Order: sequence, then C-alpha cells, then structure tokens
Amino acid sequence: MKILVCLKQVPQKDAPLKLNESGTWIRDDISYEVNEPDAYALEEALRQKEKHGGEVVVITAGPTRAQQVLREALAKGADRAIHLEDDGFVGMDAVNTARALAAALEGESFDMIFTGLQSDDYGFAQTGVLLAELLHWPHATIIIGIEKTESGVRLKRELEAGHYQMLDMPLPCVLTIQSGINKLRYATLIGIKQAKNKPVKRLTLADVQGKLGKNLQVVERLYVPVKQKKTEMLEGTSVELAKKLVEKLRNEVRVF
Amino acid sequence: MAEMILVIAEQHAGHLNRVSLETVAAAQAIAKDIGGTVEIAILGSGIGSVAQELAGRQAAKIYALASPQLDAYTADAYVYTLREFLATHSYKLILLPHTYQVRDFAPSLALALGTTVISDVIGYKHENGKLIFTRQMFQGKFAADVSFAGEGPYLVTFQNAAFRGDLAAAGTAPIETLNVTIPDGVIRVAAHEIFQEAKQSVDLSQAEIIVAVGRGIKEQKNIALAEALATALGGELAASRPICDAGWLPLDRQIGSSGQTVAPKLYIALGISGAIQHIVGMKGARSIIAINKDAEAPIFEIADIGIVGNLFDIVPALTEEIQKAKAGV
Repeated sequence: MKILVCLKQVPQKDAPLKLNESGTWIRDDISYEVNEPDAYALEEALRQKEKHGGEVVVITAGPTRAQQVLREALAKGADRAIHLEDDGFVGMDAVNTARALAAALEGESFDMIFTGLQSDDYGFAQTGVLLAELLHWPHATIIIGIEKTESGVRLKRELEAGHYQMLDMPLPCVLTIQSGINKLRYATLIGIKQAKNKPVKRLTLADVQGKLGKNLQVVERLYVPVKQKKTEMLEGTSVELAKKLVEKLRNEVRVF
Repeated sequence: MAEMILVIAEQHAGHLNRVSLETVAAAQAIAKDIGGTVEIAILGSGIGSVAQELAGRQAAKIYALASPQLDAYTADAYVYTLREFLATHSYKLILLPHTYQVRDFAPSLALALGTTVISDVIGYKHENGKLIFTRQMFQGKFAADVSFAGEGPYLVTFQNAAFRGDLAAAGTAPIETLNVTIPDGVIRVAAHEIFQEAKQSVDLSQAEIIVAVGRGIKEQKNIALAEALATALGGELAASRPICDAGWLPLDRQIGSSGQTVAPKLYIALGISGAIQHIVGMKGARSIIAINKDAEAPIFEIADIGIVGNLFDIVPALTEEIQKAKAGV
C-alpha cells in the first residue's frame, strides 16, 4: 500500500490568538502543532503500512515553519515528505489548496490518500473531498475504521448521533480520517535520528501556480464573535467561588 | 428578476432530517432580503411522503429526485443526480444543512459546478446588495465574514441550529417528481446498512444535571474529581470527544455532534474549551457553568456563569460545599 497523508500545521490548542492590525487574519507569532485529525490520519497510514507493506509519504502546504510537522511525521515512521513551501498557502481557500496538492502529486502513484476530517483552524472540512474530485477518485469522509479487502478497502464511516455505516470502496481513493480511529504513537529517539536522513522534496507556489485559480471565497474580516449570552464571571479563592456557586445553584439554577 | 434559491433537503429512510427545515427557514429569510424565490429538492427512493411534508412550507416548488439507486446515500450518486438536475435548472444560491452527509458530497458538487461552498455558516448579512456569510474559524475563537468571488451558483451549508426550523413559513408548494437513472459505473462505492454499535447504556438526553469534562482534566485519574461533583449533585458524568477518544470514558458519555445532544437544567463544563462540535450537543442547556483556565476559551461565549481558574482547586471545594449544603450544614 502506498499511502499519502496530507498534514496541516495549525495554531497550538492553547495558543493565545490575536488579530492582526488590519483585522484580516491572526498574528503569526504563536506556537504551532499538527492538526489533530491529521495526526490520526498519519498513525492510520503507518499502521496500514506495518500490516501490508508499502510506503507512507507526507505532504504539507505552508510556510517554512510547517516543515516541523513533516519532520515529526518522518520521525514517527513516514518514509519521505513533500513540502509546498510558501507563505502564500496561508489563508488559501480549500479549492486552491486541493489544486496545489494535486499538482504536487504529478508523477506519483498512491493507493490511498488520507487527510484529517477537518482542520482546527479554518474548519472547512473540504480539502480531502476536493482533492478526490480533482483526481477523479472515489472518496469517503469521517472514517473510523479501514480494512484491506481483495478488491479494495472496507471502511467504517461515522454518522451522527452514534450511528455508523460500512462502505466497500475500490482503490485508489481519498479518505478523511476521524480523530480516535487509533491510538497515536510517539516518535522514538532512533526515529528522530533517522528522520534527518529522509528525503524532503520542496516545491514553491510558483511550481504549482499554473494549476491554481483565483480564490472563490474571500474573508472580508475576522473578528471576536459577538457574545450571544451575558456571562457572569465569578472571581475569588476556590472556597469563595464554591460558596458563590452553591448560592447560585440554590437560588437561580434551583437544582437543590 | 427574482433570484432563484434552491434548498437541498436531507432524508434518511423516508424520514425528513429536521435540520432541513432550518435551511428552509434560512432560504426564506434570504429570499425576503434579496427578493428571491425558494425551491426545494429532495433525493432518495420512496420519498413521496417527505416531499409532501416539504410541500407544506412556503416554496415555489418541491423537486423529488427519485431513484432506487439513491436509496442508500453515496456521494457519487448524489453528485451525479444534482449535476444533471442543475444542468437544466439555474440557481443563484444552493443552500444545505451542514450534516455529515452534506460534508461528504457538497464540496465535490461545488467543484463539479466550477464554484465553491462556504461551509458551516452560522448567519448571513445583506450589505449593499452583497450577501456575506458568517462562519466560525479557529475553533470558534473568531468569526469570519466571507463573501463569494466569481460567478455562482454559490453553495452554502448552515450549521445545526443556526436558524429555527419551526419558523419556516408554511405554505402549499407543488411537487414535481423527476425519475432519475444513474448510468452504470457512476457509483463506485457499495454502501451498507446504517447501524448503531451497542445499545447506548446511558441516555444523557434525559439527565437534569450533567457534569462534563474536557481536555483540561489532563489525566484519566482526575476524572474522579468530576465524578465526585456529579455524584454530589445527583447528576450524570459526560465528556467531550477527546476524552472518549482517549478511552478515559466510554463513548456513550460523549456530548456533541458525533455523540449525544442534551438539554439539561444544569450543565457544568470542566476544562472544555468549547469547540463547535461539542457546543452543538449542549447549547440547549438551561444553565451553563464553565470552569476553564483559558479566559479566551469559546465555552465562555455561551456560559451563563464563568470561572477562569484552576479546576483542580475549584472542583473539590465546590463538591464539598454542595455536600455541606445538601446535608443542611
């Protein structure tokens, strides 16, 4: 099985996000990490390779700093990496991101492409599906189980409210992976050492520009959401807070 | 000329997915603002009664796109059917609910039409003749106003509960049934029966009081703190997705889009940041108390009472205070 995993670097979960001066985007002087569902997608690819042999390749589109997620993936066991390296990939719409990824794959051949089901920053939940459409491959989203069969793969797809569905799909295909499909591994010391010698192919925006169109959706402004509710913030020591809360539970919420 | 707006409604096994009515309400509101006409399409097999139900709303027409090949949902069949339909029907806007099913096919459909979909929208504005859609970004920490560039049709998916389905205006719409034939080779996927894993042992939707834990609980052993609080209150213990993914609590205690939807009298969120996937499952709670160390956490957007602080100090003190209060001390 040759599997490509699309990774995205996103702001760290606890990172204090601030708007830039023009209110169009966030300030980028924060810490980053790999998008969580993408980490599960990588883990699943590594497990499939361990079971069936083959190769795991990782790709990301982002600035120089995004190389970190590729290094981590190589340290965990991915065989090689492709970096679409340019600041211009920040804030790109999902269609152009998918086009850039598709362009970077020319000359490659994969059995499966995995992405996370959505990114923690933009939350489009589109790039994987669009990539499948561009490649004319079948796809399935929110996948929580993958078994190789004689004719392709048997997939377990998560639906809403605790429901599931099994799908049989031929290869090649694109799958968007749900968090929790497996248990994540840590990189080993030897893995980190080996990662230094694994190939990272670099492409720039100019290399794929010819395949891109203009962004079809435009972020006019980004802002802190207007509060829908008036929240009463309580302060004090733990004991004071506990007493205040009990007061409210008794007199306002009336649960005892 | 009136702008044409299409709602693509959703059904499962001949039952209307109620979020479709929220999309109808959104479409009616937009139609009013821009001077548009709403039509509704529904796909499937055996969809006569769903079409009838939709025909009870204010719309110019209901299209029932019927085929046995649409019985089990597949992205391939849906994209094919809608492309064929849209080749002879022209719309400015195509609106859909942001369900798991829509997420699976709407981006493909948009790309096949040479256009784009603005996903997971929570509201819209009509400014100087231009439609602007609001969606959350960065896990709800920011809202973004997004507009379309280029020619339509423009696709928009609406987040669960962004509009009120019960406010969709009633009316009498004519139904046109179109029998669809999907050529061999279009559907590349075999979709099997929908099932539930095991019967859910806990029905959190009936709970009056829920104490829920998120990532901020840090370690599995700390869940005991939340459990003690739940016990003191006579409530149920629940969690956000990462806690169940880690196996710290069983899946049937998960609240959110992939878990249960609840509306208790009291919801206490401990160390839950408030990612939208969680919020959709609990924002119907009557009172929400949030304790989180991050003052910027989106959970505070919807909390009635908020405490920025260390839950490991506050929760044991609160449990003790509740026990005292209940004992009448």
